[in-house]
Amino acid sequence: MTWSSISQTLAVLAILVAISKPLGAFMAAVFEGERTFLSRPFRPIEHLIYRVSAVDPELHQNWTAYSASLLAFGLLNFLLFYVLLRWQNFLPLNPKGFPTLQPDLAFNTAVSFLTNTSWQSYAGESTLSYLAQMLGITVQSFTSAAAGMAAAMALIRGFARQGTDRLGNFWVDLTRATLYVLLPISLLGALFLCSQGVIQNLRPYPQVTTIEGARQTVAFGPVASQEPIKLMSSDGGGFFNANSGHPFENPTPLTNLVEMLLILVIPAAFPCTFGVLTGNRKHGWTLFAAMALLFSLGCMLTAWSEQSGNPALKISGGNMEGKETRFGIAASAAFSVVSTASSDGAVNSAHDSYMPLSTLVQMFNLKSGEVIFGGTGSGIMSMILIVMIAIFIAGLMVGRSPEYLGKKIEGKEIKMVMLAFVITAAATLLFSALPFLVKLAPGSYWNPGGALTSNLGNPGAHGLSEILYANGSAVATNGSAMAGLNANTPWFNLTLGLGMLIGRFLMIVPALAIAGSLARKKRMSATIGTMPTDGVVFMVLLLGTIFLVTALTFFPAFCLGPIAEAYQIK
Amino acid sequence: MWQQLLPGLRMMLVLTVLTGLIYPLAVTGLCQMLFYDKANGSLITVNDHVVGSSLIGQNFSKAGYFQPRPSAAGNDGYDGTASGGSNLGPTNQKLIDRVKASVEKFHKENPSYTGPLPADLVTTSGSGLDPHISPASAEAQLDRVAKARGLSVDQIKSLVDAHTEGRDLGFLGEPRVNVLLLNLDLDRQFPAKR
Repeated sequence: MTWSSISQTLAVLAILVAISKPLGAFMAAVFEGERTFLSRPFRPIEHLIYRVSAVDPELHQNWTAYSASLLAFGLLNFLLFYVLLRWQNFLPLNPKGFPTLQPDLAFNTAVSFLTNTSWQSYAGESTLSYLAQMLGITVQSFTSAAAGMAAAMALIRGFARQGTDRLGNFWVDLTRATLYVLLPISLLGALFLCSQGVIQNLRPYPQVTTIEGARQTVAFGPVASQEPIKLMSSDGGGFFNANSGHPFENPTPLTNLVEMLLILVIPAAFPCTFGVLTGNRKHGWTLFAAMALLFSLGCMLTAWSEQSGNPALKISGGNMEGKETRFGIAASAAFSVVSTASSDGAVNSAHDSYMPLSTLVQMFNLKSGEVIFGGTGSGIMSMILIVMIAIFIAGLMVGRSPEYLGKKIEGKEIKMVMLAFVITAAATLLFSALPFLVKLAPGSYWNPGGALTSNLGNPGAHGLSEILYANGSAVATNGSAMAGLNANTPWFNLTLGLGMLIGRFLMIVPALAIAGSLARKKRMSATIGTMPTDGVVFMVLLLGTIFLVTALTFFPAFCLGPIAEAYQIK
Repeated sequence: MWQQLLPGLRMMLVLTVLTGLIYPLAVTGLCQMLFYDKANGSLITVNDHVVGSSLIGQNFSKAGYFQPRPSAAGNDGYDGTASGGSNLGPTNQKLIDRVKASVEKFHKENPSYTGPLPADLVTTSGSGLDPHISPASAEAQLDRVAKARGLSVDQIKSLVDAHTEGRDLGFLGEPRVNVLLLNLDLDRQFPAKR
């Protein structure tokens, strides 16, 4: 831990605090259909979109209709993207003439971006045409983020409304998220990033001859337009294989700071939106403070562990393997925490080459269910679910029926919360265990190399971490990787794809069911016996619950992976 | 769910056109207009031919040039179409052996340097296309470059200092030296004796 890492972490947090309040209030206004400073230019476009799509914006949906819209939209996006990937060789804007993607890779990629994960079994610059990048990846980043924000709004309305089963209109929320929040910030972000050196063109890859006479081909593409939405959507799928470590995606330490902020800005604003709409701003800020505390802790631990370096290498200056010179230890460590905590999964350094303690922090972030700011929309949802567990446990301890923002939390809600947590945790652990149990012969369709463990990039405990990380990343819809694992085989493409579908939709649908149930309930006014959901005591309870749930579920797995590896460092 | 498919289909097509065509093409137009050089890869031209991008690392192997960090991009390193790191974990023997070999090679090529070896000089970056080295790594190569060009260490050092960028805004990232720009300046100011 150095001065440089402390100052960079504090800078991120300070700017987030400053932006969260106005942006959170702005989002609350946008989703409630109030006038904002963007209404004048965008209202006509918004209404045009409703007219073209034959959507009645006044029609509010109950939780089943809302879920059905969300799922139908996901299915359609999957089909469109899948076809685009399979046919990219017949379509224009493919200057390098990349061939079609194999069915398993196309499935994995389409699921990956539709679920807002952006796990990438491929390397962008040697696989995807410019058209697939723009019409596929960029579009899915926008729409999956907007769908996540819509679902979060429906859950928030479950608390804000009473005596109704209507949670809003999915198509309206989707349109507003895209038009008023994602597009304007993306446009500004793209122009800023391009001004710093991020490329934006549709030219073929140029070949240069260096002064020593060597030849080098440089990958090009429309990167600046994709970069901000890749970050802000908590999607995180890099244009290039090296993601935000590539100098064309993230050329300077200043762009690095802006990219971290873009990742966190919407998830950090959501607690405020939640506070505004439920009339309990203090609760919103308490959630924010809990997130910020876990985030700072992760940054400090990772920076310290990386700065201490790898004693086996006998060189000075920390663990620089897999990190860029311009970022160094501090800005790389901070980015790795932002990436794993936020469910974004964009990386500016190679997570596979981090020290074991840093890997432990990253895995904790993934497996605590993206509650540390978390994904765009999905972050606040996961946080609300875990708050319900905290309140339920506290209620059991003192023998009172638990209440959350005036709504009684009863059996139905807790069953839904547990459904979401148990299924996602089970999926992570089961899919992590299978590669070590399943025996495949060399040349098998599912894994041409034979044994699934032969796909690992590193031996020993670190290899186990690669598999644990991959499944944790898929189920948390994060998408970052310890990239030494070769995941581009039908086995991994399929199981990781299933993990992403489970992690995304078996979290969102139970949350919408909870919203539907809560919206019907009367809001009760707080009495002297009501447990407060703001302040330090509640925050400690919440943090304790997060640690408890994560540790109880994953501690044995952590022991076999990063913790075992820590003891192998000599 | 089925009655949602029709509005879903229309909505998807509208949003696809808006965010997948209008938005990226508008950004392309604006960037090409406002930031032509940067939008097109910050390419550097010497005597009418392109020698590289100031943002993309390339290899230098001659003694008279500053050398970049090792690269894991592509099979031979510095492959601009295959960015990526080594992905070797800290306990992997391959990593330990590779770094050891790099350290030995460095000492063989720079026999006069006896200080501690900066970490960035013998490790691969995350992208494999890192255009920079740390100022300490440039310092470690001063003697060799000066000798190969028949110059004094001070002459080269002042050039390295001129090419050292500090932290952004005084606290972001790390100080660094752009290898390609430094080497081009070397050639310009002190042409190598042939």
